[in-house]
Amino acid sequence: MPDTQALVNDFLNKLKKRKIEGSQATAKQTAELLRSVISQTRMPYTNQAAALIHSVKAVGERLIAANPVELAVGNVVRRVLHIVREEDLSLTTAAMAGLNLSAESDDEDDTDRDNHPALSAAAIAAASRSTLRPPSLQTLLEDVPDSAAVPHTSSSGGDSEGKSKSADKSSRSRKLKHDVIEAVNELIQDISTCHELIAEQAVEHIHQNEVILTLGSSRTVLEFLCAAKEKKRSFRVFVAEGAPRYQGHLLAKELVTRGLQTTLITDSAVFAMISRVNMVIVGAHAVMANGGVIAPVGLNMVALAAQKHAVPFVVLAGSHKLCPLYPHHPEVLLNELRSPSELLDFGEFSDCLDFGSGIGAPLLHVVNPTFDYVPPKLVSLFITDTGGHNPSYMYRLIADYYSADDLVLERRTTSGN
Amino acid sequence: MDARRMSRAVPRVRQVGFFTPNTPAQQPQPQSAAPSSESPPLSDSPASNSLSPVMIPPPRHLSDNLGGRTAAVPVPGREISGELPTVGSYNPSESVLWLDSPPRSRIGDEELSEGAESSLGWYRRSDSAKFASSLPSGGFNLSTAKHPESVAAVEAKNPLPEQSEVQKEQASSSKPLKAKTTKAERRALQESQRAAKAASRAEANKSGTPGGAPSSKPMKQPPQKKDGPPVASSIAASERIGVDRSVEKERKKDLPPPRKQFDDESRGGRAKRRSVLNQPEARNRVELFRHLPPHKNGTQLPSLESKFFELHEKHPAVYKVGLQYLAGDLSGGNARCIAMLQAFQEAIRDYSTPPEKTLTRDLTSKIGGFVSFLIECRPLSMSMGNAIRFLKSRIARLPLTLSESEAKTTLCSDIDRFINEKIVLADKVILRHAATKIRDGDVLLTYGSSCVVEMILLYAHELGKQFRVVVVDSHPMLEGQKLLRRLVVKGLSCTYTQLNAISYVMHKVTRVFLGASSIFSNGTVYSTVGTASVAMVAHAFRVPVLVCCEAYKFHERVQLDSICFNE
Repeated sequence: MPDTQALVNDFLNKLKKRKIEGSQATAKQTAELLRSVISQTRMPYTNQAAALIHSVKAVGERLIAANPVELAVGNVVRRVLHIVREEDLSLTTAAMAGLNLSAESDDEDDTDRDNHPALSAAAIAAASRSTLRPPSLQTLLEDVPDSAAVPHTSSSGGDSEGKSKSADKSSRSRKLKHDVIEAVNELIQDISTCHELIAEQAVEHIHQNEVILTLGSSRTVLEFLCAAKEKKRSFRVFVAEGAPRYQGHLLAKELVTRGLQTTLITDSAVFAMISRVNMVIVGAHAVMANGGVIAPVGLNMVALAAQKHAVPFVVLAGSHKLCPLYPHHPEVLLNELRSPSELLDFGEFSDCLDFGSGIGAPLLHVVNPTFDYVPPKLVSLFITDTGGHNPSYMYRLIADYYSADDLVLERRTTSGN
Repeated sequence: MDARRMSRAVPRVRQVGFFTPNTPAQQPQPQSAAPSSESPPLSDSPASNSLSPVMIPPPRHLSDNLGGRTAAVPVPGREISGELPTVGSYNPSESVLWLDSPPRSRIGDEELSEGAESSLGWYRRSDSAKFASSLPSGGFNLSTAKHPESVAAVEAKNPLPEQSEVQKEQASSSKPLKAKTTKAERRALQESQRAAKAASRAEANKSGTPGGAPSSKPMKQPPQKKDGPPVASSIAASERIGVDRSVEKERKKDLPPPRKQFDDESRGGRAKRRSVLNQPEARNRVELFRHLPPHKNGTQLPSLESKFFELHEKHPAVYKVGLQYLAGDLSGGNARCIAMLQAFQEAIRDYSTPPEKTLTRDLTSKIGGFVSFLIECRPLSMSMGNAIRFLKSRIARLPLTLSESEAKTTLCSDIDRFINEKIVLADKVILRHAATKIRDGDVLLTYGSSCVVEMILLYAHELGKQFRVVVVDSHPMLEGQKLLRRLVVKGLSCTYTQLNAISYVMHKVTRVFLGASSIFSNGTVYSTVGTASVAMVAHAFRVPVLVCCEAYKFHERVQLDSICFNE
């Protein structure tokens, strides 16, 4: 797969250098990359799902390692893995049903077919066992031996029958790949259209004569507000500028061009203004499994102020931002510090910032974090492309989108894989 | 980072809490002037270079307090102002009298600061004394106008303004100043209208009015420029160009009707006539803040500075202090209060009772006039309000038997005592108490730049306590940077961050020290915008918050949130 290797390396570079901005773009590119990886994967006769999973994991690990803070990458990798497992599952159930039928209907070549259907049924049953069984402690503990067992049985089966089965299997493998790629295409489609789906819900939440507060600039929020405007809701928007990048200025300009009455305020004025605000609507960088939000810096302050004044704090997030991990120490582990030059002019403070100026340690540190963690108790509502949800409901969405097996992507070196 | 750099390059309006940058989203482009933000500096420098040999201090400090609404700075206007602003055209719309340039100011500066006690050094007027170099107190008597040197030479205290100059004030009709947050389109539209008018008017009145209309828009003029046309001044004094006045009225009608302002009584009638400041036209106001006085941006500064030498009834010291407020050089309750009181001291010393008037009443009314001027420059802080009340009560209680000179010396010593007791000594007591609250190994957080907190930190450092400081700053004033510099110079180890990152740093913080502009009788603290956010986040993280405030700043009003009363 020299082609994909080059693609992968290229993408890795971009991630490492933080050239891709925005979780949506990142997610989309990740999905497309994985799609090409999948299409290039050589599928063995047996246990195709495992092969696919293996190759996706291999690439996924590297992608995640390139930019651990960009959680969308990991999300998409896990989504794809989940897709693979699901497709495999559905194919297995279909095959099982089909084989059962064929076993019953077909009585002619008993000796021949007896073995084959039996073996293939056993193999299929074994395969389905791994996919169909609900996750339990038992399955988790047996995971290693199971996945090792399945290839054995199926390979032994394969040895004995060979050709008659191979036709089945190859068609099945092609089908698996095909299905997976289709599903990944759907995923890409979902990622691209998440804004529209979210914006459709705008009318339910924004009514007449409302005052809305937001901070920084988020495309989702922009579309959300514009959708409400198009439905002829009248409302005003306060945009907090979002130092130190001041993206609020851009958002304010955009909103004004779309005809919304906008007021730009400084971040320091948020607490002062929030008593007059009806709702706070913000975008997020990522949503964690406990319902906590990784958001642009400053939003924790806004969320606290909103809670104090009993103002609903609404977070808009596409489903690609939903991360199945639990945030441990998110301020440090899931945060990135940016250049201090955004805060301080190097020229002015060069004497203080200079490490080599005689005094060993610099007297001056500058802290410029990128993200803030907002705990779930401060969030009133999540609006995703599937609808509005409570923060405590996030875990259910995660079960829909992700498999428990994929949470830890690092390959276990001691396993029998 | 680019965005920030760019915003640096644009001189910013002196925002006092709520603002909207001029988002020229739909800028109609019929402007003659280059609407870009580069034009102002460009236009400035030629004008300034032609007039003043003085080096202009880095624009960031001062000019970003000024101007800042990008767009529509008609270049021609400013340059015109370079020439003799008129023979006598006291043109309300522009009044171009430059405060003056740094060089000659030195003298005045020393003079003013001699009296200050060493501890008063805390209440800095401005960091680099650029502007503060200010006017020699004398510089006033200018029949010969213009020469800085002559001005500098005149140390003599002139008697308080001749009444003849009163006419001047009447000329300036103050337009209600509505610059607050805006709707960009309407603003841009107004700007273009103004620009168009300015251009036409400027041509029309080439003779007299230096940059007529643009005056209201020389937003970009960093003040330190030029001693510009110090000119005009005296000679200009009595004349007025009727044309300008009418034009100005006409301009007024374009604007949305002036709304009631909170200090209504001072806006109407007499004060209006007397006011020296020419308020630029109304900008769109946020509905929420209609009850508050509109923002005064620094566009007035150049014109006011140039008017300095014109005779008017404001004592030059007071005038200077007012301009410092307007430019944002003086900030902080204590500094402003002390500067104001000292200016009043000088005014009192120079004061001479006009015949047939009693000292108390006349002086009180004079002080009232000064105060309204200062209010125009920048609404009073609580500390200043209390000080003024004290002064007025002192004047009222002067025994009638005192001669004028005795009365004056009494008043001056009273003011000195006020400053000493209420501010200097109070601060010493605060220092002593607060230093006991700091322990070794503490991480202290402070917001913005409060002189009291700075004193506490330095004092504790001198006592030998080991602690770290986190300085939290906020756009756009970026006051924290000044504090940061002062602390680092003294050897404290500091961390610097912006307000948004406060949730990130609060984990490590052990105590929060905040300064206050005032404390109200329901216990609410009135302070720089953003202080509440800091306190709230600290509370969420269970960090103790200490507010340090001298007692003279207390006030008996009550306030529930930040919208009721603000600046």
